[in-house]
Amino acid sequence: MAGLEDLYREIILDHYRSPRNRGDLPTPPAYRVEGFNPLCGDEVVLYVDIDDAGRVADIKVDGQGCSISQSSASMMTAAVKGRTEAETRDLIRAFKAMMSIHERGLDGNGDGHGDSGPVAPDPAVDMGELEALRGVVKFPVRIKCATLSWNTLAEAFDQAGLDRPAE
Amino acid sequence: MTLDVASVKKDFPILERDLAGHRLVFLDSAASSQKPRAVLDAMDHYYETTHANVHRGVYTIAEEATQAYEAARARVARFIGAPSARGVVFTKNATEAINLVAHSYGRACLPPGKAVLLSEMEHHANLVPWLMLREERGVELRFLAVDDDGRLVLDDLDRQLDGVGLVSVTAMSNVLGTLNPIARIADAAHAAGAVVLVDAAQSVPHAVTDVAELGCDLMAFSAHKMCGPTGIGVLWGREELLESMPAFLGGGEMIRDVRLDGWTPNEIPWKFEAGTPPIAEAVGLGAAVDYLSGLGMEAVREHEVALTTHALSMLADRHGDDLRIFGPPDPHDRGGVLSFTYRDVHPHDLSQVLDSAGVCIRAGHHCARPLMRRLGVPATSRASFYVYNDEADVEALSDGLFAAADLFSI
Repeated sequence: MAGLEDLYREIILDHYRSPRNRGDLPTPPAYRVEGFNPLCGDEVVLYVDIDDAGRVADIKVDGQGCSISQSSASMMTAAVKGRTEAETRDLIRAFKAMMSIHERGLDGNGDGHGDSGPVAPDPAVDMGELEALRGVVKFPVRIKCATLSWNTLAEAFDQAGLDRPAE
Repeated sequence: MTLDVASVKKDFPILERDLAGHRLVFLDSAASSQKPRAVLDAMDHYYETTHANVHRGVYTIAEEATQAYEAARARVARFIGAPSARGVVFTKNATEAINLVAHSYGRACLPPGKAVLLSEMEHHANLVPWLMLREERGVELRFLAVDDDGRLVLDDLDRQLDGVGLVSVTAMSNVLGTLNPIARIADAAHAAGAVVLVDAAQSVPHAVTDVAELGCDLMAFSAHKMCGPTGIGVLWGREELLESMPAFLGGGEMIRDVRLDGWTPNEIPWKFEAGTPPIAEAVGLGAAVDYLSGLGMEAVREHEVALTTHALSMLADRHGDDLRIFGPPDPHDRGGVLSFTYRDVHPHDLSQVLDSAGVCIRAGHHCARPLMRRLGVPATSRASFYVYNDEADVEALSDGLFAAADLFSI
């Protein structure tokens, strides 16, 4: 049985107690995207300002939820500010890979094939502080809390992509 | 007769489990109760000695299996004060029982233009089948409001019943513990010409149930919340009413005859039991009913009122305003279900901290999102009591609250 200290690392509690980039941004130019976890009622609202170069110029978080969803969102904003869309998408992918060890549903990946083994960290992506969230995989119910803001951020980029004129 | 909880605890093998050095403190019986040895043994014995399909074979064990299955039905009928076992339909769970009524009565018997009256405190199981009916047939749905103490607002009941063909309300809220005045609602509903379905999933396991006293026409509950197995539930109905309702699912057992140009239904209750039923589960439910009857349902209720009274005052004493408990303040108006928020600690985090001490509570919306919105909270924590809980369990809950406060204080 995994202990609480595996989940509630000090850095996670710090982001929970003092969330970074809390608030909102004027829309437009920022995109506003909501994420919701129906299981626990966690809610995250992201405001993402993407500049002409496709970089995250600014990002703010609103909403409410448990320490894991809120600290994950806070750490995410700190990690992606200033990054390009490609860099951000790499980070989203790496973060979800870190969380995916137990994230298997009925989609046929739970039979010992495919991605059922532990996921090795992608050496190309520096996870920095986000490493602290790795312990969440020992608590499968909480994985959705940790990934909520990341899925929401991916949606913001999808929206931005739809709005961009075709070249 | 009072409940000897120390002795009751010994009846439940799972309570011997050690969780990383902590005893199992199970405070989530409103979601699903634990099972006494008697129920587990009855089901094992059935599979080891008796199993065959029911109502089909002429050989000895098939005959015995049929008898065991039907004997369970008779036990359930006695347990809820039903005049005969013919009104007891076995379903998968309370949810399926309500779906059965929504499909059968809702689509075929509800007079055109008549509304369905529900309440804001219903479990999704007693909301979604009716929302589906509204989408499909345009049936009007009305909702009894909930006041700030978590009670149904019934001041305007007669006016709200005007034009209603069916009322479906919970006997006890799975979130607030509120015990609703079903007899009063049923009287008013009948005066208005409406049929009354009661979601009794939370009440049947915890108090004496008498369908005649409740005055309802239909009642749904699940075995797994009353010491029985998962996979079986009950729809009780007045016999004439069940007879007037068309079959729900089609298949074996529920037919009298099948021709290539049509079919005729079986009698009640088998008309509503398509396919091989949950036979071992029925045996388990019968054993659960015997077990609870042995404890005495008056004693069960008395124990839960006493424990809830203790918990409400002890928790208020120790945690003061840090703890906000929802629902009626008087323990006699509620079941042993405490939904609460604690400081700013999210229910998920609270539940996680309690789990590390072996204490199981529920965190989330409790399948009652409309009620959560009414209460103005995204989620709550919920501790619920049963026959095997005692003051030491409440103590463990209280200690866990302090531990969570230490970890998450902002």
